[in-house]
Amino acid sequence: MRARRRATRGPLTPSGLPRWLLLPAGLGALLVLLPVAAMFLQVSWSDLPSLLTSESAVDALLLSLRTAASATALCLLLGVPLAAVLAQARFRGVGLLRGLVLLPLVLPPVVGGIALLTVFGRQGLLGGALEVLGMQIAYSTVAVVLAQTFVSLPFLVVTVETALRDLDRQMIEAAVMDGAGRTMVLRAVALPLILPSLVSGVILAFARSLGEFGATIAFAGSLQGVTRTLPLEIYLQRETDPQAAVALSLLLVLAALLVIGLAGSRRGRP
Amino acid sequence: MPILKGTALALTCAGALTLTSCGTDATEERITVYAAASLHEVFEEIGDLYTEETGTAVEFSFAGSADLLAQLEQGAPADVLVTADEQTMSRAAEDELLAETPQVFAANTLALATPAGNPAGITGLEDLEREDVISVLCAPQVPCGALSRELTAAAGVEPVPASEENSVTDVLGKVRSAEADAGLVYASDVQAAGEDVETIEIDDAEDHLNRYPGAVLESAEVPEEAAEFLAFLAMPEATELLHEAGFRTGEDGW
Repeated sequence: MRARRRATRGPLTPSGLPRWLLLPAGLGALLVLLPVAAMFLQVSWSDLPSLLTSESAVDALLLSLRTAASATALCLLLGVPLAAVLAQARFRGVGLLRGLVLLPLVLPPVVGGIALLTVFGRQGLLGGALEVLGMQIAYSTVAVVLAQTFVSLPFLVVTVETALRDLDRQMIEAAVMDGAGRTMVLRAVALPLILPSLVSGVILAFARSLGEFGATIAFAGSLQGVTRTLPLEIYLQRETDPQAAVALSLLLVLAALLVIGLAGSRRGRP
Repeated sequence: MPILKGTALALTCAGALTLTSCGTDATEERITVYAAASLHEVFEEIGDLYTEETGTAVEFSFAGSADLLAQLEQGAPADVLVTADEQTMSRAAEDELLAETPQVFAANTLALATPAGNPAGITGLEDLEREDVISVLCAPQVPCGALSRELTAAAGVEPVPASEENSVTDVLGKVRSAEADAGLVYASDVQAAGEDVETIEIDDAEDHLNRYPGAVLESAEVPEEAAEFLAFLAMPEATELLHEAGFRTGEDGW
């Protein structure tokens, strides 16, 4: 019984929180919740099924899920090794490298899109070489995945790197004593230990990819079924059918809530 | 809300950093004009001219027509609305935002734009069907896209665009930077882009016009000045500026 009681107390007990703190805290929560709740009130529920099952909406949703999943896989493939290097490295300038890798977190996404164009665009650094290979990245679904990976990668890297830094050294040393090689240590000891953080990072990256707008529209363009993801579809629907835009926004909100729920259910686990 | 207005005016004056429009006369008349983004440059000029002649200051808010309408529906304060198409204006009329019947004062034709040097050798609308040509159009949901669709359908052309953009400026940007080989934009945009783009003549382009209506809003605080501004748009000094910017005016017919 006593143990359970202790679990219900916050970190600031026994002194607790000052009462006045509740007012700004409540306002903060309202600022986030009210706009989202208002959308639920504004949507016309009777039209909802037809709005959500229109061909362009379904195309956009499927494209969004496909590209966000691919971008998340790319983030895993590139982000985990990058995080390991940043966590392990002791060379000069690693701090600078870490800062640069995290740049997409603070860059406006549209700037990311323009930056990607200067590399992969038809007139970009690699544009000519890609054309020779018969590859056209701009205006393709690959461009959407690249844009999403660009903005989402830092989320995964930060989460995984933090977890790797907090690893229990004794566990690692024990594995080395048992004769485990470098790869073995990573695969059999480090990765299982940081799995919860890895899953959180993956969920964050997926959510960020799902909501990506600015980099996509600047770099990939907007074409139904090819590059027009759900956020782009919402932006375009506002032009002619604000109701449809609200309905599609709800769809994104629900997807986001689902992701937060998944992430939240993992928090607090050992 | 006179106090608020005074504060707003003081802030505007502080921000404007000019001595001409913010003299000692704090009761100066000013109108707020919500105008379509494609009018940005020419309206800045017309606004200055209008202020010179009448002493009434003009404050512009430029955005896509649909965005302007959304802002007005949410109760944004303005005196005049000018849209880039008649459809958006009729939606404003349905929402009872207008104080009067809208008047058309200018029109635009579409132009086929290519990057400088025309790398893909575009000769006309039919090239928009070529698979090897990267063409960019406006999405049919926005005014320039609806007009593009009408124009290509009339010419019997079925374009295969690489991207359908949200605004004509996005199309122009992609053509300008040679990320696209061809794009349909407004004649006035080509004018503004200067050396960066080339134009290919389109037969019968003037049969498909995009008209710009303007109207005084129901919420106008200074309806007389607002009406005066709209009347000014049809005056020779204003039509001359519109012409220079590549727009058609009353004398060209629509």
